[in-house]
Amino acid sequence: MSKKELRDIRPDVNWKEITPGGVIDSSGNAHLFKTGDWRSMKPIWNEEKCKQCLLCNPVCPDSSIKVNEEGKMTGIDYDHCKGCGVCAKVCPFKAIDFVEEV
Amino acid sequence: MAIRERLSGNEATAIAMKQINPDVVAAFPITPSTEVPQYFSTYVADGVVDTEFVAVESEHSAMSACIGAQAAGGRAMTATSANGLAFMWEALYIAASSRLPIVLSAVNRALSGPINIHNDHSDTMGARDSGWIQIYSENNQEAYDNMLMAHRIGEHPDVMLPVMICQDGFITSHAIENIELVEDDKVKAFVGEYKPAHSLLNRENPISVGPLDLQLHYFEHKRQQAQAMANAKKVILEVSEEFYKLTGRKYGLFEEYKTDDADVVIVVLNSTAGTVKYVIDQYRAEGKKVGLIKPRVFRPFPVDELADALSKFKAVAVLDKADSFNAAGGPLFTEITSALFSKGVFGPKVINYIFGLGGRDVKSNDIEIVYDKLLEIANTGKVDSVYNYLGVRE
Amino acid sequence: MAYNLKEVAKKPERLTGGHRMCAGCGAPVVVRQILKALKPEDHAVISSATGCLEVSTFIYPYTAWTDSFIHSAFENTGATISGAEAAYNVMKRKGKFEGEAKFIAFGGDGGTYDIGFQALSGAMERGHDMVYVCYDNGAYMNTGIQRSSATPKYADTTTSPAGKKIPGKMQPRKDLTEIMANHHIPYVAQTAPIGNMKDLYEKAEKAIYTPGPAFLNVLAPCPRGWRYNTPDLMELSKMAVETCFWPLYEVIDGKYIINYKPKTKLPVKDFLKLQGRFKHLFKAGNEYMLEEIQKEVDSRWETLLKLAGEA
Repeated sequence: MSKKELRDIRPDVNWKEITPGGVIDSSGNAHLFKTGDWRSMKPIWNEEKCKQCLLCNPVCPDSSIKVNEEGKMTGIDYDHCKGCGVCAKVCPFKAIDFVEEV
Repeated sequence: MAIRERLSGNEATAIAMKQINPDVVAAFPITPSTEVPQYFSTYVADGVVDTEFVAVESEHSAMSACIGAQAAGGRAMTATSANGLAFMWEALYIAASSRLPIVLSAVNRALSGPINIHNDHSDTMGARDSGWIQIYSENNQEAYDNMLMAHRIGEHPDVMLPVMICQDGFITSHAIENIELVEDDKVKAFVGEYKPAHSLLNRENPISVGPLDLQLHYFEHKRQQAQAMANAKKVILEVSEEFYKLTGRKYGLFEEYKTDDADVVIVVLNSTAGTVKYVIDQYRAEGKKVGLIKPRVFRPFPVDELADALSKFKAVAVLDKADSFNAAGGPLFTEITSALFSKGVFGPKVINYIFGLGGRDVKSNDIEIVYDKLLEIANTGKVDSVYNYLGVRE
Repeated sequence: MAYNLKEVAKKPERLTGGHRMCAGCGAPVVVRQILKALKPEDHAVISSATGCLEVSTFIYPYTAWTDSFIHSAFENTGATISGAEAAYNVMKRKGKFEGEAKFIAFGGDGGTYDIGFQALSGAMERGHDMVYVCYDNGAYMNTGIQRSSATPKYADTTTSPAGKKIPGKMQPRKDLTEIMANHHIPYVAQTAPIGNMKDLYEKAEKAIYTPGPAFLNVLAPCPRGWRYNTPDLMELSKMAVETCFWPLYEVIDGKYIINYKPKTKLPVKDFLKLQGRFKHLFKAGNEYMLEEIQKEVDSRWETLLKLAGEA
């Protein structure tokens, strides 16, 4: 059976086309679901204040602290960040502001 | 050449499992199915199978481990009875809806309470809407043969459903009878390799199984599952035909015994059919036109075929070895009458007997009572009582 | 290799964003870090009990798991994963699987301490090569904060409400880590998301790569059930450890090792006062409850010190 991508499982998919047993074989496809619009508060990264300690990375429930191949924090994934503020709270250098979403 | 043996139903089942050589057997002991995992664990201990035997701490975990093993791409099997099957309930539905062709040997026993270890069909009848294919067996030979066919049916791409092979506790499971076994290599070739489209252990294509499935998609999944059950009928007939070519033993959706010119028939599952056949032979010698229809496949229910087969009789008695407690007959009766009605078959008078609960012995004279009543109905055209109990002290 | 946050941060994410756990939930933090402890080349088969984690990470057709994942029911994740592990053993023997596969089961405290306890106990006793992770948030959060046997005494939950006559849950918390240690399995540990996550990561790594069954009990603060502001997740976790409400320790082949002993053991009220579920304990006249909880924490800590040969 060919891999079923999300485009094949649209909201109007009929019973003949839906994946048997509810199996999903495009693993990790939840990244296509945006949870960023849940935010009422927003973390703002100040690059100049950041010392690259990376303490913000493991505390994020939404895997939304972006780290590049060199191991440098490069920003926040606002597609998925729900605005919990844990990253801002743990930052020892106050490099992440936590502000009202506008 | 086929191997002639003398085996109990349980041992025959275990030998079928040995020949199938599944990847995982997860089971928990419960009378009268206990012998199946007992025999099987000796095959594992002696290294004659490749199987991992998982001696789980409950039947719920037995079915859960089977779900995990089958989803991982293995063949998983188990055996149980009565309360064990009831304890699996939740997981039975999940196995079916996840489209995992697990195979279960169900050794029929009365469901508690009160607790009772003897045979009736309240256990598997309770599981009749769980989405499992259910195949019933009259004797050890049928239990063995049905087991050999189970994987071919369940694993068929048009089906992908779990299969329950039922036989009567003690009556079949513990009684030693002659049996003809198929050679190991022939079984291996017949059953074939299991090659699922997806599996948890396919690292090139990881999968997720068992979603939260809400209003948007749940119904479509259920409709698809229902279609798989409908598809199973054709597959069962195809596999049975292939099995006939291999062994010369013919199986269909149900067996008809001396029905060609019969006026009245009994419809009954499993071992009681043997007693009924004995009575038929006696009555036929007296010139009485009596016959038997023994459903083999209960899920999917062969609505068209049964309605057609029953249409020619004057009177039909459906014998249920389980009560529905609906004050309106047992489960087999309800399904048969529903089939007749929906197919516009109004000719035969149909009555119901609930019998043999908790292992109450069913003797030939009990069956004679039923045939006598049927012949009376055939003569008079009158039914005085539709719902009846047979063999209970009044 | 010594723990290096930068190296760990560079490893691939095996739980993607886009799952539907609440903002600030402790559970995905725990799960992410545990999965990071997997070697990138190893395939993982993950199962989850029904609960917040399961219903939020795999809502058809979206899965947040990049590895293989299976959910079947609430009480059986230990059994489900053990079946998958059994199938793997056969396939490995038959040469049908290349490389390594690791088996990790997740359950909340409801799915682990309570309804899933039997399946967990069975799987551990049978010796499957697997890790069972309990993310313990101390109540049935998925159904709306009902008490579990992991709920601390006097906590206000929706089935142990702090009422006029009965002041919350009346029973002390079950000590599951201890019960699992008494299964005499190779590795048992209690941990929490703390600081740079070294403790959690290293225990996950040991649990995953110790042959045989392993059990991790991981504290996972729940902002809704515990009633605190979401940014305080790590503060709550830290205070649970600093007060010895949730000691960090491991039991390796029966040997107890306490991984962290606070220089100054803080009073448990410092942990409790951060949470709305204990608000009623701070009303005048209820001091006895705080005293009782403190006594319980002290007694359990003393027992642990003794088990570790440190008292």
